[in-house]
Amino acid sequence: MKDFDPFVIPFNVGLYFILIYSVVRCVIWFRQLSRADKLRLQRGFFSRAFGESLREIFMESLIHRKILKAKPVLGYMHMSLAFGWFLLIVFGTLEADIFGKSHLNPPYKAIFFRFFNPGHGNSLLAEIWEFIMDLLLAFILSGLLLAIVKRFLPGVVGMKKTTKLRLRDKIALTALWLVFPSRLIAESLTCGAHGSGSFLTGTTGAWLASFLPAESLAYPFWWLYSLSLGVFFILLPVTRYMHIPTELFLIFMRNSGITTGDKAGTFAEVEVHSCSSCGMCIDACQMSFVTGINNIQPVYLHRALRNNEDVTEKAYNCLMCGRCEEACPVGIEVSAVRMIQRRNKTGKPLYENRWMGYFREHLNHEPASSGKTQNYKIRSNIRVEKADTIYFAGCMTHLTPGIKEAMIKIFRAANEKVWFMDEVEGACCGRPLMLAGNDREARELINFNSDLIWKSGASKLVTSCPICYNIFRSSYYIDTEILHHSQYIKNLIDNEAIRFNYSHKKVVYHDPCELGRVAGIYEEPRDVVSWVADLVSVPEEAEKSLCCGNSLANIFLPPSKKNAIAVDAIKRLTAGNPDIVATSCPLCKKTFSRVSKTRVADIAEIVAEEISSVQSKRIRTASVNLREMVNQLLG
Amino acid sequence: MENIVVIGGGVSGLEAAGQLARMGYSVTVAEKNEKTGGNVKNWYHLFPDRRDSKEVIDYLNKLASHPDIKILTGKEITEISSRNGKFDIKSSDGTVLEADAVIVATGFELFDSRRKEEYGYGIYDNVITSADLEKMFRSGGVRLVNGKLPEKVGFIHCVGSRDEKVGNYYCSKLCCVTAVKQAIEIKEKIPGAEIFCFYMDMRMGGPYYEELYREAQEKYGITFIRGKVSEISVNINGKLVTKAEDTLAGRPLRMELDMVVLMVGTEMPEGNIKLAERSLLKCSENRFFKPVDNHYGSNLSGKKGIFYAGCCVAQMNITESISHARAAVSEVVNYLKNR
Repeated sequence: MKDFDPFVIPFNVGLYFILIYSVVRCVIWFRQLSRADKLRLQRGFFSRAFGESLREIFMESLIHRKILKAKPVLGYMHMSLAFGWFLLIVFGTLEADIFGKSHLNPPYKAIFFRFFNPGHGNSLLAEIWEFIMDLLLAFILSGLLLAIVKRFLPGVVGMKKTTKLRLRDKIALTALWLVFPSRLIAESLTCGAHGSGSFLTGTTGAWLASFLPAESLAYPFWWLYSLSLGVFFILLPVTRYMHIPTELFLIFMRNSGITTGDKAGTFAEVEVHSCSSCGMCIDACQMSFVTGINNIQPVYLHRALRNNEDVTEKAYNCLMCGRCEEACPVGIEVSAVRMIQRRNKTGKPLYENRWMGYFREHLNHEPASSGKTQNYKIRSNIRVEKADTIYFAGCMTHLTPGIKEAMIKIFRAANEKVWFMDEVEGACCGRPLMLAGNDREARELINFNSDLIWKSGASKLVTSCPICYNIFRSSYYIDTEILHHSQYIKNLIDNEAIRFNYSHKKVVYHDPCELGRVAGIYEEPRDVVSWVADLVSVPEEAEKSLCCGNSLANIFLPPSKKNAIAVDAIKRLTAGNPDIVATSCPLCKKTFSRVSKTRVADIAEIVAEEISSVQSKRIRTASVNLREMVNQLLG
Repeated sequence: MENIVVIGGGVSGLEAAGQLARMGYSVTVAEKNEKTGGNVKNWYHLFPDRRDSKEVIDYLNKLASHPDIKILTGKEITEISSRNGKFDIKSSDGTVLEADAVIVATGFELFDSRRKEEYGYGIYDNVITSADLEKMFRSGGVRLVNGKLPEKVGFIHCVGSRDEKVGNYYCSKLCCVTAVKQAIEIKEKIPGAEIFCFYMDMRMGGPYYEELYREAQEKYGITFIRGKVSEISVNINGKLVTKAEDTLAGRPLRMELDMVVLMVGTEMPEGNIKLAERSLLKCSENRFFKPVDNHYGSNLSGKKGIFYAGCCVAQMNITESISHARAAVSEVVNYLKNR
C-alpha cells in the first residue's frame, strides 16, 4: 500500500490554493471595513452572534432551509450537493482516521481513501461505514442529476428560468459536475478489482470488473477525479462558486450587526460575491414573468458587478419592489446594493480587477454632478400654521383627490386640528429623487420641508403616501412622529375617536411595496379594513404582494410594460371577484383603477364612506373574536 | 329578399340601413340603447356651423323609416357567426338574427373621466365633461351646482386621448373643434365669462375648423394655453384650483376656476372588444376594429360578408361617417351580387 501517488497533486494544489486564498481575501475585506464595523465584527466573534452564525451556516449554507421551503425540489438539489458533500468530507476524514494506517492524515488521504485503502477489513463497522459512504455519494449524485436536468429543463425543479452562464462559469460547472461521477467510477473500478465496496460502488464495481480491466482503468479516473477538484478550486474565486466561502463570511458579518448602508464597501462586496446565482430572484421578478425582461435581476446585477461591467441599465431598470429581496435565500440586501449603483452617477464601475480578477480594487471616481445646488426659495411663500398634527398628502395623493377628500373627512370626524402642509403649494418629499440616486438634490428638499415641520411645532405628521412615509422616517432629522394614514386611522379606531357602519362588501387588500416590504406595515391597514368590511385573503399578500407596476423607482420601463404588470397584478387580485380592491398607496390606486373593472379604493376612502355617528358593534365584535381565534389557532 | 343586419343605430348605422332599403334590400338594425341616434343625439349643436343636432337626427330617422327597415332597440349583439354563407347574429337576450350580410356600425363611446382622477371628475361638483356641457346647453343653461353662473371656465383637452398612461395613444380628432365650439357657446350665453382652453396641439383639420378657431380668439376673446393640466383641487371658496404649465411661456401656472370641462376622447366600447373576440374579428392596437386596408379597404373586415361603417374603425365626424356608411353599402351590394 502506497502513501502517495502523483495524481493527488492537482487536488492538493487546488485545495491549499483555495484555503490560503480565502483567508487572504477575508483579511483584505476585514481591513477595508470601517472602524465601527470592525468593532462590530470583533464583538460578534465573542458573543451569541457566533453561535447564531454557526446555526445559520448549518441551516442555510448546508441544509438550504429557505430554498427547501419555497421550492422543495430545488432545495433538495442544493442540499444534496452542499450538505451531502460536507458529510462526505466529514465521514471520509473519520474513515481515514479510523480505518487508515495512521491518525491525523493529510486531506488527500480522506478524499482518495479507497485508492490508498482499496479494501479495509471486513468488520461490521467497516461494512456499515462503506454503506454510509455509498449512501452519501448516491445522495450527492441524485442532486447532481437534478442540477443537470435543471440546466436544460428548469421547470422540473419548479423554476421558470435558470441563470445564463459565462465561459469560465461553464468550465467550473463542468469540473464540478465531473467531480462526483469520476469519483463514482474510480471507486467502483477500484472496488471491483478488490471485491470491496457497498451497494453502490461495490455493485457497480463488480459489474464493471466483469467485462473491463478494472485495476488499470481505475487509475485514469482517479486522475480525472483529482483534476476536476483541482480545476474547480483554482477557478472558484473568479466564478460564481466564490459564493461558497464568501457566504460564511457574510453570515458572520450580518449576525454581528453590519448592514449594507449607502456606500460601496466591504459588506456590499461580500454580498455581491455571496450571490450563488440560484435564480430565485428571477422567478420572483414581475419584470421577468410579465414583461419578459430577463437581464436586470439581482443575479445578473451581481454578476455584472463582479465583472466590473457598466451596470447603469441593470441598476435603473428595476421597480425596487423588493420581491427579489424577499425571495433571496442568501439574504442579500439587494435593493441597498442596487441603490449604491444608482448613486454612482459616473457610469464607471466602482471596482477594477487585479490579478485576472482574483483580487479587486475599489476606485474613487470624482462625483459626476457639477455640484450646482437647487433652490426651493421660490416656495418660501408657504404659510406655516402652528398645529399639533400635520397632514402631508404627497404629490401622488394630489393626483388621486378621492384619498385627500377622504382624509379631510376623517380629520373632521375625529375633531383633529390639522395643518394641511402641502394643500396649495408644497415641495416633494424627496424620495423620487433619492430613488433615482440624486441624494444631494433630495437633501435640498428634505431641508426645505424639515424647516416647515419644525416651525409648525407639530408632534405628529400624517401622510397618505407610503413613499413619503419612508423618507420622512429614514432621512428627515425631525423629532416628529411619522404616521402613515393606515396607522393614524388605526389609532383613531383604538381611541374610539371615529365610529363606522359595517358594510358587507368583500374587500381584497393589496400591500403596496413601499408600505409593506419597505416599511414593514402589514397589520394596521388590515385592521382598519376589517373594521368596516369583510376582508378576504389572497395568495399574493403581505411579503408576497405584487408591485402595481407603476413604481417611481423605474424611469426606464415604458408605460406599456408598466401597464402590462398592472393588468397582470389586478387579474390575480380580482380572481375571487371582490367588491373592492383596497390599497393604501395613491400610486397603486391610480395605476390599478386605470386597468381594473373592479372598484379600486384607498383604505381611507373605504373608511370615510362608512363614518357614522354610532358604531355597529355587534358585527365588529364577532369579527374580532373570529380573528383572535384564528390567530390563537395559528399560534 | 336578401336581409342585411346592421349592428348599431347611430349615424353610420341608420345611414347604411336607409341606403340599403332604398336599393331594395330588407334591413334589420340592432341598437343596444333604448333609442337610436348614437352619440349625436346627446349633443346640442354640431361643429363647425353649430346647427342643431336634431336636424341630423331628423334626417336619419326619416331615412330609416322605411317599410323594409326593422329597428330593434335594447338589443346588444354579442357574436356574429357564419354558416353556409349566412350569418347568425346572437344578442345578449338570447335571440338570434339571420342575415345574408352584416354591417358593423358600433361606433365609439366616450372615455370615462374617472380614470383620470387628478381632474376630480365625480369628486368635485363643477368638474364636468363635454357631454355634460351639451346636456346643460340643451336643458337651458350653464350653471354651477349652486345655481350661479360660472365666471371662469377652463377646458381641458385630450382627456383620455394621446395619453399613454391610460393606454390611448391616438388622437380622438373630434374634441379640439368641439372645445372651440363649446367655448364660443358659453361665451355667447355668459358674455362676461373668462374662458381658458388648455391644449397640447390644436388639431383643426377639417372644413371651417380653423376659421372657427380664429373666431374664438379674435371675436370671443377665448384664451388658449398650451400645456396640460396636472391636477385640480378645490379650495375653501369652492373654486377649482387648477395647476398647469404654460409651455409657451415656460412657466408653471395656477388659477382658480369656477368650472372645468373635460374634453373626453373616444374609445372602442368594451362590449365591442368582446364581440370582436367572439366573432374572430381583428382589432388594431388602438382597440378599434382593424379593416383590411386603410386606404381602399376600410369597410372590409377580412371576413366575407361582414363590413364596417363609421367610427368603429377610426374617429370620424358626421360627414365622414355618412360617407363611410354609403361606401359600406356599395361593398355590401357588390358582395351580394357576386357571391
